[in-house]
Amino acid sequence: MSLNYYQLFDLPPIFNIALATLETNYRKIQSEAHPDRFVTASSADKLKSMQLATLANEAYQTLKNPANRAQYLLTLNGINATNESNTSMPADFLMQQMEWRETLEDASMASDILTLQALYDEMLAAAKGLAADLAQLFDEKKDYTNACETTRKLIFIDKVCADIQQAIEHLD
Amino acid sequence: MALLQISEPGQSAAPHQHKLAIGIDLGTTNSLVATVKSGMATVLQDEHGHALLPSVVRYMPDGSVQVGHEAQAQQSHDPANTIASAKRFMGRSLKDIADRAHIPYHFVDSADANKLLQLQTRAGLRTPVEISADILKTLKMRAEKSLGVDNGRGELLGAVITVPAYFDDAQRQATKDAARLAGLTVLRLLNEPTAAAVAYGLDNAAEGTFVIYDLGGGTFDVSILKLTKGVFEVLATNGDSALGGDDFDHRIYCWVLDKIRESDSHFSPLNEQDTRLLLTKSRQAKEWLTDNHEAQIVCRLSNGSLVDVMLSAQQFVALTQQLVLKTLTPTRKAMRDANLELTQINGVVLVGGATRMPQVRQAVEDYFKQTPLTNLDPDKVVALGAAIQANALVGNRSDNDLLLLDVTPLSLGLETMGGLVEKIIPRNSTLPVARAQDFTTYQDGQTAMSIQVVQGERELVADCRSLARFELRGIPAMAAGAARIRVTFQVDADGLLSVSAREQATGIEAHVLVKPSYGLTEDEITYMLKSSFGSAEADKKARMLAEARVNAGAIISAVNIALNQDGALITAAEKQAIEAEIETLQTLSQNDDALAINQGVDKLNHATEAFAAARMNASVQRALNGKNLDAINL
Repeated sequence: MSLNYYQLFDLPPIFNIALATLETNYRKIQSEAHPDRFVTASSADKLKSMQLATLANEAYQTLKNPANRAQYLLTLNGINATNESNTSMPADFLMQQMEWRETLEDASMASDILTLQALYDEMLAAAKGLAADLAQLFDEKKDYTNACETTRKLIFIDKVCADIQQAIEHLD
Repeated sequence: MALLQISEPGQSAAPHQHKLAIGIDLGTTNSLVATVKSGMATVLQDEHGHALLPSVVRYMPDGSVQVGHEAQAQQSHDPANTIASAKRFMGRSLKDIADRAHIPYHFVDSADANKLLQLQTRAGLRTPVEISADILKTLKMRAEKSLGVDNGRGELLGAVITVPAYFDDAQRQATKDAARLAGLTVLRLLNEPTAAAVAYGLDNAAEGTFVIYDLGGGTFDVSILKLTKGVFEVLATNGDSALGGDDFDHRIYCWVLDKIRESDSHFSPLNEQDTRLLLTKSRQAKEWLTDNHEAQIVCRLSNGSLVDVMLSAQQFVALTQQLVLKTLTPTRKAMRDANLELTQINGVVLVGGATRMPQVRQAVEDYFKQTPLTNLDPDKVVALGAAIQANALVGNRSDNDLLLLDVTPLSLGLETMGGLVEKIIPRNSTLPVARAQDFTTYQDGQTAMSIQVVQGERELVADCRSLARFELRGIPAMAAGAARIRVTFQVDADGLLSVSAREQATGIEAHVLVKPSYGLTEDEITYMLKSSFGSAEADKKARMLAEARVNAGAIISAVNIALNQDGALITAAEKQAIEAEIETLQTLSQNDDALAINQGVDKLNHATEAFAAARMNASVQRALNGKNLDAINL
């Protein structure tokens, strides 16, 4: 069995992790494993170094981002949040989702960067709320069914954020 | 009194001896070489006291090659054989060159629009890689002389060579090829803004979030870094690999041409010499305007007519306003990618000679709402940072406190149905990074497939740069859709891509055939090496043998050091097996068979794989105070 990302960084498998510890331990590992430490080493050492440094980067990015972390934590509990059978969403969230999409499209058409930025801020606030919910669902209630639904909401919001960024980039 | 340590005859000198390594800033306009001497990063000068080597190469009538100031002085007289700004053409094909009409070189036309471009010179066809190699050779010689390599004061282990952060895979590979042609070992390709951040950050003990705004002769980069206790973490990078000080010269040049046309309606197009002359005058006017209100441009063209015009600073600002604005688009992109507000930026460092222009400084100040930092020489800071990194890479820094975490500037994607791009590695991913992607077959019994990898941010394959077309061969014959071929794309610490593939069900390693859409083939490199070191077959053999021996010596010493440090991690039998391979390789090295030596190196490498994994595990374990990572499946 291989170590999971939490074990790699010496962290408990919870949602509300200490980000400072994550960062410190990530740097400790890269200080030892990074290919820059093996420039004059044998090619076997170089290969191992690249593999471990790559793994540490992947693990760090996964645990740093709340949506990725939630998704990963669900996987550790045997749940695939993006599985095709996991598609149900509450009606009110679907409504809201359509509204956000419409605002995004209208603002893009009208080249309205200010509205796009306001929408982006709104999404960030919504993401923050969902992350707080996830901390409760995962760490206190151990309610993985609802955590899965909330995770999917968060993934959706991340995607809208990326689309807003892209729309702003196009207009810039 | 201290006892003198004397090593056994034939063995290498004491391990604490200072290892020689250099940092090279291979610039569009000027190049520099620096090193760390007694703990201080220093730029090395030539015998005339010049630190900057103009990146100009002239192929002389007598077959020799001139590099630097002398070549630059002859630019207007011998334009077709005197190549400047070759960096702009690195890894590029003819179709990438937009303003060919204004470049006084003889580009070689090719039926294949994707073929790397070549220039016709007196010395024959020359690629930008060979021209850059001539510059690197000059810097290498300067360093060897200055460091006393020839006098036996040590061996030059290698160089860190800087590249614009926004260089793509083709441009990076071309830079590495050039170093190889120049006989330099590349320790690392380092992004220029990161190098600047290292020099600036260590000098000022800076902590916080910094923007490096780097406008060089031909390239623009902007990087945002977080500096914490010797760790330089790049949060985002962006840029334009075809925008720099040259373009400002060019705006002046076009303005002068317009002025000439206004006064002379029969004016005919300029010849190469006049083009070069006016470009040089334009550059001088640009530099003059940094500290003056107006610049007079006077010169006599080859047809005898006199050009005499006056350019005011105000006019210059108006002429180049669009260029300055063009740098702010990548800057905003980088800020968005890093998810930062302007108020979170602790400092903005200006790098590159072109940032001396007052309008550039003003634009940066207006955007970031703070005065940019200019206390380091913008021409030297990149080379100094490269030297510091080179010094750390060869292990001269006793404290392991310098760590650079850089990113990939451009997204990597795959061609999918309909010419669309599926992104697999997004831009600004921390290096090294890998992504696996599963593929399956389309037809029964299919044993090969072709995969196109592209680099860029656009959605259509046609709008991105094609990196390579990979052919997977040797897929076991199965029903359509039954094979699961996992292809792994790995971008290493130099920002270069490699690909491996494995069929999941059978575990068969599919053979990956790399057909680069760019870059030099192994044959072309061998040919160039041959022609640059003399064409005799014996020379080539001698060189290969020398290379193989150096290589074998390096690995033997690396393994011996590892065994001394961590020999306890493996069983006596394992240790014996490794020592046997070392002995075999040592014997082979004394013979003259390069191929056998290389095979011995491969065998020793193979024998140390498990040992390497154990060592890696142990060092990480130490880092995290006792966490056992034995179970990491590497």
